[in-house]
Amino acid sequence: MAGSDITVEAVAPPDTVKILIAGGFGVGKTTMVGSVSEIAPLRTEEPLTAAGLGIDDLDGIEQKRATTVALDFGRITISRELVLYLFGTPGQQRFWFMWNDLAIGALGAVVLVDVRRPESSFAAIDFFERREIPFVVGVNGFFGEHPYPAEEIRDSLALPEGVQVLLCDARERESCKDVLIALIDQLIAQARKAG
Amino acid sequence: MSALAREVGGDDTAGRLVRPFTLTGGRTKPSRTDFTLITTVTAVDPPPERAPRPQPEQTRILRRCARPIAVAELAAHLDLPVSVVAIMLCDLLEAGLITVHPPHPVTPRTPDLDLLQKVRDGLGRL
Repeated sequence: MAGSDITVEAVAPPDTVKILIAGGFGVGKTTMVGSVSEIAPLRTEEPLTAAGLGIDDLDGIEQKRATTVALDFGRITISRELVLYLFGTPGQQRFWFMWNDLAIGALGAVVLVDVRRPESSFAAIDFFERREIPFVVGVNGFFGEHPYPAEEIRDSLALPEGVQVLLCDARERESCKDVLIALIDQLIAQARKAG
Repeated sequence: MSALAREVGGDDTAGRLVRPFTLTGGRTKPSRTDFTLITTVTAVDPPPERAPRPQPEQTRILRRCARPIAVAELAAHLDLPVSVVAIMLCDLLEAGLITVHPPHPVTPRTPDLDLLQKVRDGLGRL
C-alpha cells in the first residue's frame, strides 16, 4: 500500500498545536519564546485595519508603525508528526481584540509576571480566567532574582485553585522548559480528573 | 501589477513599503476561514495542469511552501500580515495549487490525553 501511490506527498504535514505566552508589556514574553524555540523568534505584523479600521491609515510608514500589532512566535518540533508553536501575545491592552483569535484552539497559556510590577499582568490573568483557558503563572525574576516566594505571589494575584505559580528566568532555556512542562502536567491532571 | 510585483518580489525590506492589501485587490477578509496561524500549507507538486498561471507574489508563496509550513511562519518570512497571506492562500487553494492541513483540534471540554502526553514527552526530550 504505502508508496504505491506516486501522488502521495513526500513530506506529510505535521499536526500543529499552540501555547500562548502572555503577560504585560515588556515582561519577557519574547525572551521566553526565544529561549525554548528551535528557531530564532519570528515576527508577523498585523495592520489594525484587518479588524475593520480604516485602510487609509496605512498611508506612510510612520503611521503604519502606529497601526500594526506585532506577534512574536517560535516553534518546537515535538516529533515528525507534531509541532508546537509558542505565541507571545501583544502586551498592550488596546490590542486585546487580537487575543480572541489567538486563544482559539490553544492548549493553554503561560502568564508571565514581573514581580516589580505584577499589576501589568492582571489583565492577562483575567483574560484566561474568563475564557476558561488553562494557564500557569511564570514569575520572571529579572537578573534571575526572586525576592518573593511563589506562595506570596499566588496570594497577591488572587489566583484560582489549581493554577500553578512557578519562579522562572525567561532567559534560561531549562527554566522556560520547566514552566511549559508544568502547564502540560496541569492540563494532563485536569484531563484525568475530567475523564 | 508588474511594478507592484517587482517591489514586492525584491528583498524583504521592500515588501514592507507596499500597502499590503493591494496584493489582495482590496479584500480584507478571506473568502473562507481555513487559515489559522498554525494551519499548515503545502504547494501541490507538480501543479495541476489546468491551474491558472500564478501571479509573481503567489509564486513567492508557492516557493516558500514547497515543504509544509504554518501560515504564521509563511507570513513572517514573506513579511506580510497573516490576514493578507490568508487571502492569497485562499486564491491558491481555489486554484488547486496548495493543500491545507488544519491544526490539531483542541477543545477545552474534551482534552486529548494522548496529545498532551506526546507534547509532555517532547518537551521532556528538549
